[in-house]
Amino acid sequence: MSAEYNPLELMVCVGSRVLEDNSTVEVGTGVPMAATLLAQKLYAPNIIAIFEAGGVAPLMPGLPISVGDSRTSHKALLASSMNDVMETCQRGMVDYTFLGGAQIDMYGNLNSTMIGDDYQNPKVRFPGSGGANDLGSLCWKTIVITPMDKSRFVEQVDYLTTPGFLNGKGAREKAGLPLGTGPYKVITNLAILGYDEETCRMQVESLHPGVTIEQVEENCGFELLKAAKIEDTPPPRDEELRVLREEVDPTGYIIGR
Amino acid sequence: MYEDLVEQTEGQSELFCNPDPDLARENFKNKSRALENKVTTVEKAVSDLVEDGDYIATGGFGHVRIPTAILYEVIRQKKRNLGLAGHTSIYDSDILASSGCLNRCDISYVVGYEIRGLSACARRAFQSDKIKKTDWSNSSLSWRFWAASAGLSFVPSRSLLGTDTFKHSAAKTVTCPFTGKKFTALPALYPDVGIVHVSRADIYGNCQIDGILISDEFLARASRKVIISTERLVSNEEIRLEPHLTVIPYWCVDAVVEVPFGSHPGNMPEEYWFDEDFFQMFLGKGKTEEGTNEFFEEYVYGVKDFDQYLEKIGGIRKMNDLRAIEKLIFKKNGS
Repeated sequence: MSAEYNPLELMVCVGSRVLEDNSTVEVGTGVPMAATLLAQKLYAPNIIAIFEAGGVAPLMPGLPISVGDSRTSHKALLASSMNDVMETCQRGMVDYTFLGGAQIDMYGNLNSTMIGDDYQNPKVRFPGSGGANDLGSLCWKTIVITPMDKSRFVEQVDYLTTPGFLNGKGAREKAGLPLGTGPYKVITNLAILGYDEETCRMQVESLHPGVTIEQVEENCGFELLKAAKIEDTPPPRDEELRVLREEVDPTGYIIGR
Repeated sequence: MYEDLVEQTEGQSELFCNPDPDLARENFKNKSRALENKVTTVEKAVSDLVEDGDYIATGGFGHVRIPTAILYEVIRQKKRNLGLAGHTSIYDSDILASSGCLNRCDISYVVGYEIRGLSACARRAFQSDKIKKTDWSNSSLSWRFWAASAGLSFVPSRSLLGTDTFKHSAAKTVTCPFTGKKFTALPALYPDVGIVHVSRADIYGNCQIDGILISDEFLARASRKVIISTERLVSNEEIRLEPHLTVIPYWCVDAVVEVPFGSHPGNMPEEYWFDEDFFQMFLGKGKTEEGTNEFFEEYVYGVKDFDQYLEKIGGIRKMNDLRAIEKLIFKKNGS
């Protein structure tokens, strides 16, 4: 209980608990890779990690640096192609995708492309979609893992790179996206957020140790709804932290230690 | 909010390559069917096959199995006004953009180095309007290559819909004649030159790739001209022993160049890991324009060829260290 941990470690530990065993998860770059690897070691040994460049179900000897490097197909079931992986998502075989993002709004729309209002001359250029738009469009449930503050949780994203619920219930279907897909959870350093079924708006579902609802609201640029019952997130266990630090990310690339 | 995005039917950016399959067929009609020796040098492959203004597509995954040697030569020969398919492009798009080779780019991912963070010099290049940009996602570019490899003009997909990524693409929506459902229509992408680094190839250009393929089987089939760099040349007999391993057939290929360690500083599956020290050095230098210029002077213009470059980055000893990491051989520090 008294274990000390930093916000990134907290997010990775909490993120590792939301994935079910025997499910397929398309893993984005960075923190999602650490959370998936931790889940595989502690909670969901049979989770099928899929990487967008073609790696399927590797037994990863360590944290990949890239979603396309050789660790993502180490002792894998399949070393395939980006086309095959994306088609598998489009076919409805991928349960979760696990993404990061620079900005997110109340409908779970993500911006990882730019800040500014001119696409040709952005104020700040980020990498862009990569596979994020595809995964947020085609996988059944999208989980986002990102620290929370007002510059990230915004009323309106500068650029809608990856679809959440767009502008509310029914909008994804209207746009032509596959039926029944969309945002599921947002794992932050302060709370676990989900979505209200009726409005498709983001809601607080669980508060991390020592965090108040006011703190969550202060760090959010839009009005958050509250779930009927707000849970308390169990703190990272000693075992989670040990496996994370010693086996998942011993060099501290992701967790910054 | 976002109303216009949900309703949109047409992307607003420029379509850089003509998707007309009959135009492409004219080109493919004239490609040689002969099993002829295509082995050449890096210098000659680039001077013969890459012209100013060409639209190029690089294989691999930005910093994994990338054709570094060929790209350095493109920069060294000062090719200009090139277009690029930035399909999770990392070091490949960065060096082409920050050395001034590019004037247009189909982008799904640039500027980022995944968990290493962002490149300042790539950011300077891509934030400027000197490079015209059209937005896509990874699957969109993969499927655009696929549509071209199949000899078509477009392919329907369910990505991009409802987003700014669609708005700044050159895609359109299309209604399925069978189900009435709305799809994104992705225009086939026929690059002028495809450049792919592979594990093994014979002198005719039959290629095998260890590890994931990304989209290279389609990229190579889609391209009008193809340059292959290979870790090693193998005999045609070796290819014929396991034909199921041939992922790019010879008839796609115009030039074959043997370049051991040709993906450095990128990872080469089964061969060597990333050169993290080199990436940190590059990203450090990229912070200023002077530093960026210094980098190109020292590692590209200032060396004669890729062999000399390899000596500069630490030679065979360095590459063996990177091989040990790839092979999970844990040597003691300093040995």
